[in-house]
Amino acid sequence: MLQLSHMERARLKWGLIFISPWILGFLLFLLYPMLASMYYSFTDYDVLRPPRWVGLGNYVRFFTKDNLAFTCIYNTLYFATFSVPLNILVAVVLSLLLNARVKGLAVFRAIFFIPSIVPVVSTAILWVWLFNTRNGLFNMALRAIGFQGVGWLTDPAWAKPSMIIMTLWGVGGTVIIYLAGLQDIPGQLYEAATIDGAGAWQQITKITIPLLTPQIFFHLVMGVIGAFQVFTQAFIMGSLGGGALGMGSEAGPANALLFYSFYLYLNAFRFFRMGYASAMAWVLFAITLMCTLVILRSSRRWVFYGGA
Amino acid sequence: MGMAPLASRGGAAKVRRCWQDRLPHLVTRGVLYLVLLILSGLFILPLFWMVTSALKRPDELYVFPPVWIPSPPQWGNFCRAVTFFPFLKYLGNTLYITVPVVIGTVVTGSFVAYGFSRLDWVWRDKVFSLVLATMMLPYPVTMVPLYLLWRRFGLIGIDTPLRGFGPLIIPAYFGGGAFNIFLFRQFLMTIPTELSEAARIDGCSEFRIYRQIILPLAKPVMATVSLFTFLGGWNDFLGPLIYLNSIEQYTLALGLRDFQGQYSVTADLMMAASTVVTLPIILLFFLAQRTFIQGIALTGIKA
Repeated sequence: MLQLSHMERARLKWGLIFISPWILGFLLFLLYPMLASMYYSFTDYDVLRPPRWVGLGNYVRFFTKDNLAFTCIYNTLYFATFSVPLNILVAVVLSLLLNARVKGLAVFRAIFFIPSIVPVVSTAILWVWLFNTRNGLFNMALRAIGFQGVGWLTDPAWAKPSMIIMTLWGVGGTVIIYLAGLQDIPGQLYEAATIDGAGAWQQITKITIPLLTPQIFFHLVMGVIGAFQVFTQAFIMGSLGGGALGMGSEAGPANALLFYSFYLYLNAFRFFRMGYASAMAWVLFAITLMCTLVILRSSRRWVFYGGA
Repeated sequence: MGMAPLASRGGAAKVRRCWQDRLPHLVTRGVLYLVLLILSGLFILPLFWMVTSALKRPDELYVFPPVWIPSPPQWGNFCRAVTFFPFLKYLGNTLYITVPVVIGTVVTGSFVAYGFSRLDWVWRDKVFSLVLATMMLPYPVTMVPLYLLWRRFGLIGIDTPLRGFGPLIIPAYFGGGAFNIFLFRQFLMTIPTELSEAARIDGCSEFRIYRQIILPLAKPVMATVSLFTFLGGWNDFLGPLIYLNSIEQYTLALGLRDFQGQYSVTADLMMAASTVVTLPIILLFFLAQRTFIQGIALTGIKA
């Protein structure tokens, strides 16, 4: 409050009054839990007995002694690396198709959008059934054209690709965002390009895609952050797709669907290792932050701001 | 666009030339529609398979080639599914959480966003950057201490106040999350400042300006936020999984997963239950299609 005039102070007061719910929420549900989580991460804490200080023990154990640590980091990076770019690619293609002044746009748009609002649990259960090795639709289709079926959720090599295919079904929300972005691109740009002799492909790569990069960038950042937290789909597909109808492992065949957040959840709420889970949370935070910073840093080179 | 009737030989030549010019264009359009139709088919197929599986007799589920349209459709599967899977109880629990969450989010979210958009104060934009930055914090980072916090508050378990739903409801009353504050702010910034200025000159307090001038104008964004918040509540899995420990408290999402976990459940009943959980959302989409599409588009306007 160094040099604020009377007027500025009055305005500040009103501003703070209005944002006070957020401030309280921030302190109680964000800042405090972050600090507490930091503290717990240096302790051994099973909820029943008070936390016991172990220094960096949890972190050391995670990186050197826990066999599943590598598995869950690998699975999560695999999922993020393929699902996010593939989702962007499919969304760009679909939105370009829809933007080509098609008749019945509203109908196509609805068809692509609806799967994205189907509740996640329903989606996962439905896809477990579609992926069923013996009686699933996909393997029946493969059999119909003379191929052998694939163990979509029972083969460790296929479990993650299967899950990524499922996430592509929910791409519709992003398509709507991209489509809105495409419709904001002024028509004169294309007219000018046509006069200069640019073909359709050139127009897409030189005008449309660059002007869509802000949306793609946003989706990339939020998509990567989201992919690192993937939980529900894996929780359902892992426990029932693999194993003998739910009686086998919980994280897919050979732990192929053991994702970071799921392993963290198991540690916290199944094994009651709250300190260990907190250390895992901070490792996740560090990985997420690093990836976000890399994307932000790279954005200067490929994200195009300006134009419309 | 259409071909003109052939009036003369000259006309015929013109039509032929026109055809030659337009042929590549027509081929492209044809391919475009073909691709769109195939993709649409792929997107519809899983939903179709869900409903058709729900209507099959057990023996129709496991045959090759597959049965596309069960005959006769087993509508009774829905009744059986809804009985085994206590749909109404789970629906009640879901609404018990979701309705207060929507109210809290709309009321406090718009209130906070008013402070970030309609008032001008030092550090406002810096604080707002902080709000946006919180969106990037992974939920697992705060998951464990939050659980311990709610435990200490004595709000976990069906015998506690709010029947143990408190941890899922109460946070919505603190601005409703960064993303909703962002959505409200985006909208409120488009309302001309003159409206507030005029009211201030007339001696209106900020509370009255918020309630009587800004809120009535903010109905579209309130609809969008309500819709997405409702959807989020219907969908939420991890939150209920952590905080709800009695089957009496289960939400639809949690109950559906629990139903799936029972060995004896066959695919027809499983798909019937999934359909029942999905159907209200699809109906909601058709009722509020414009709010959906415009709302989604709004979320992506500015990164």
